[in-house]
Amino acid sequence: MVRTVTRLLLLAALLFSAVTFAESQRNNAVIEGSKAADLDACVAPTDFMRRAHFELIEHQRHITVHQGIRKTDNSLAGCVNCHVAKDVHGTFLPVDGANPVTGEQQFCAGCHEYSGVQLDCFSCHTNVPLKAGK
Amino acid sequence: MSEKIDQNRREFVSVAGKAAAASVVAPGVLLHSIAHAEPRAEPVTDAVRYGLLIDTTKCADGCSDCVSACDKENGLDLLGKPDGATDEDWARQKPRWIRTVKVKDRLSGHVSSLPLMCQHCEHPPCVDVCPTGASFRRADGIVMVDRHTCIGCRYCMMACPYKARSFIHENIKVKLSAVPRGKGCVESCTLCVHRRDYGVAGTACADACEHGAILFGDLNDPNSDITKALQERNHTQLRADLKLNTGVRYRGI
Amino acid sequence: MKKIYYREWGIESPRYWGLLAVLTVILAVAGFAVLHMEHEGHWVTGMNNEVVWGVPHVFAIFLIVAASGALNVAALGSVFGKHIYKSLGRLSGLLAMTLLLSGLLILVLDLGQPSRLIVAMTTYNFKSIFAWNIYLYVGFLVIVAAYLFTMMERKAQRFYKGVGLLAFVWRLILTTGTGSIFGFIVARPGYDAAMLAPMFIIMSFAYGLAIYLLVLMFTFDAEGRALGDKLLGRLKSLLGIFVSAIFYFVLVYHLTNLYGTENHEYEAFILLNGGIYTTLFWVGWVLLGMLVPMAILFHPALGNSRGGIIAASLLVILGGLAAMYVIVIGGQAFPMPIFPDKIILESGFQDGIGGAALYYSPSLPEFLLGIGGVALALGVTLVAVRMLKFLPASLADEVVDPHHG
Ligand code: HEC
Ligand code: HEC
Ligand code: HEC
Repeated sequence: MVRTVTRLLLLAALLFSAVTFAESQRNNAVIEGSKAADLDACVAPTDFMRRAHFELIEHQRHITVHQGIRKTDNSLAGCVNCHVAKDVHGTFLPVDGANPVTGEQQFCAGCHEYSGVQLDCFSCHTNVPLKAGK
Repeated sequence: MSEKIDQNRREFVSVAGKAAAASVVAPGVLLHSIAHAEPRAEPVTDAVRYGLLIDTTKCADGCSDCVSACDKENGLDLLGKPDGATDEDWARQKPRWIRTVKVKDRLSGHVSSLPLMCQHCEHPPCVDVCPTGASFRRADGIVMVDRHTCIGCRYCMMACPYKARSFIHENIKVKLSAVPRGKGCVESCTLCVHRRDYGVAGTACADACEHGAILFGDLNDPNSDITKALQERNHTQLRADLKLNTGVRYRGI
Repeated sequence: MKKIYYREWGIESPRYWGLLAVLTVILAVAGFAVLHMEHEGHWVTGMNNEVVWGVPHVFAIFLIVAASGALNVAALGSVFGKHIYKSLGRLSGLLAMTLLLSGLLILVLDLGQPSRLIVAMTTYNFKSIFAWNIYLYVGFLVIVAAYLFTMMERKAQRFYKGVGLLAFVWRLILTTGTGSIFGFIVARPGYDAAMLAPMFIIMSFAYGLAIYLLVLMFTFDAEGRALGDKLLGRLKSLLGIFVSAIFYFVLVYHLTNLYGTENHEYEAFILLNGGIYTTLFWVGWVLLGMLVPMAILFHPALGNSRGGIIAASLLVILGGLAAMYVIVIGGQAFPMPIFPDKIILESGFQDGIGGAALYYSPSLPEFLLGIGGVALALGVTLVAVRMLKFLPASLADEVVDPHHG
């Protein structure tokens, strides 16, 4: 019994340190409350994602629209799905906007505002997940 | 349009794909699709050619279920009239992918109702005239617009014999994950392309028709319902004189 | 023939800057209209999913057609060796360029995605006549620039004839290409492939010359330069001939169309029961745009008065705009024959119920965009003649010596 408890405690401690370690490795760009916040990795190594995520999406854009390929993690709708966060009421916050209460820039917006790179994709693509009939 | 993908990139993307730790649920997939739906992994080929067969003898006068289903499936019901536009303006300026039409034969006086949408021609005039190649025909016969290269010139709309295309005249606020849409580009019926690619059966219009007037299927498959139905009884193309070999066929007009 | 000297346009500064100020105000207003259209989307215009090309296209196509026509004056000098017109070549080339550029600018600003112009310049669909036209237009600008160079630079003069011929041939192809934009639309009865291209060429002769005449008379008169009656008389007779040619062509066009049964409905639409399009055809294009100017130009007294020539040129231009409206918009307003032997009773989308014309009502921003294009062409022309030697110092009768040509 005691052994089990200590084991569990040990496990918890290990888990906790692993999580905090991962947390410390993590850039702030990932928004708390998004699916991505609970995961360890993006669809490609984080380094690459920071540098060249648009290559992935743009490649994806061509093969999806012209060849119909959808089985991949690089879809724009996928980025939004995983990186979108919710506010306290559970409503999605647009990835290209800011939290109206805290003013926190959301995932795509923060970085892009900072680096001054225009992001016009969301004039056509939805910035929150939205399925038909909802 | 070049379909080439440079080799490095291709390799790179596949590595990146393997590196992915988690997979996403395909966005925008409809609930009734859950059954064995697999997103497409290989490029579409011309082994299939999608099409519709519309039986106007079954199409009920006054019914517009196909239209509302299409609107819902493709996010057209989410659009609103811009502030300041009149209802009449909006009726002419809002996009519609499918519409119902009631026609009367000049000679016989025979009246028929039918839904009209992009006819997914084998030789689409809209594709021929598009200056940038944004208007294209996918290998599986779906005629659509790559809205990343569409410049909004509307020459395709001038050329389409069926007036099947719409221009987006206003800023779009709400759109579906599966069906992006934005001001200044042309769009039209895609035969529910997201369903095709995510392995979901049918089209919204065909599913919605209680009268069984719309049949969707693969025209290249000798065993498909649509091919059999086409072989069984005669059918016509709209504006057959233009020799466009349309993927949408009509019966009873 | 005396040696021709050229001089910059030397009207007094206040007048010059005043003119430019007026044009700038027009351009600024047009600019706001464009921003409004871009920001809001095309719903603020009268264009819709049935009539997809509107007033901006009427202006743009008119200017593009007139541009190639404006070059004819130069071609008369170089290709056809008529010396009397040689001195007019520089202004002719200049107008050809400014009119074309303005027409193209209107087209670009009307796009749904004007910021994707770079896409239009880098991705081509070679099956599209539209894509070919982009080459034709760019080629035209380059060739006319070279042509101007051979006229203005002594060292390049030996190429004058060759480049002139190339420019003339190119302009014929260009107008054919512009006409073919409509000719390729097989589904619409209003756009008859075989007839539109030659019709556009004939119209270009007249509209280009009318604009040329007005600019020439205005610039010369404003500065008090001599513009002899002999040269003017030649130009106005040419205009009369060109307008008569359009008249003849329009007559033949509609008569042959009446002959083919499949065109009866479209003919009835334009000639009889098309509402605004019928009115514009008869009153705008035929009466004011052809019959009245012909009467003026061939009238022994009126035709030789400057006021008469100005009035005739203005009418020809207005008639040209009416013609474009009838062709471009009338061709779309006529219901598409989706069901050739059926009548449409109801439709979830107008479709021309019972054969009714499709609806289009032009909006202010569209007109402002079109007028802005005209102002731009004029403005650039005036600045160019002010800064460079485009205008002959004198075109008095004894300078141009018509007996030589
Ligand atoms: C399955 C969920 C998921 C999907 C789908 C996803 N990401 Fe990520 N993304 C993550 C996670 C988790 C991280 C943090 C990785 C880390 O901690 O190193 C991340 C990190 C990133 C980063 C680096 C942020 C930083 O910290 O600097 C970028 C950029 C990024 N993602 C962009 C994208 C784009 C673009 C797409 C669409 C192609 C996408 N992501 C799809 C989960 C996802
Ligand atoms: C004018 C509207 C428009 C704009 C702007 C636009 N897209 Fe798209 N995009 C679309 C449409 C429409 C589709 C087709 C979706 C389909 O067929 O499923 C699409 C599909 C895609 C896809 C494949 C589907 C998916 O979710 O992955 C990607 C990737 C994509 N776009 C990326 C981008 C990127 C990146 C940008 C910004 C640089 C962008 N798009 C801007 C309209 C647009
Ligand atoms: C870590 C910071 C960061 C994050 C997070 C980020 N981006 Fe970027 N993004 C950039 C930078 C920096 C560039 C410009 C790269 C360059 O041009 O070299 C860029 C470029 C792009 C481009 C190409 C733009 C163009 O005009 O070429 C697209 C598309 C894009 N990002 C989409 C996204 C989307 C969608 C998201 C959210 C899912 C996102 N980005 C999140 C930093 C970021």
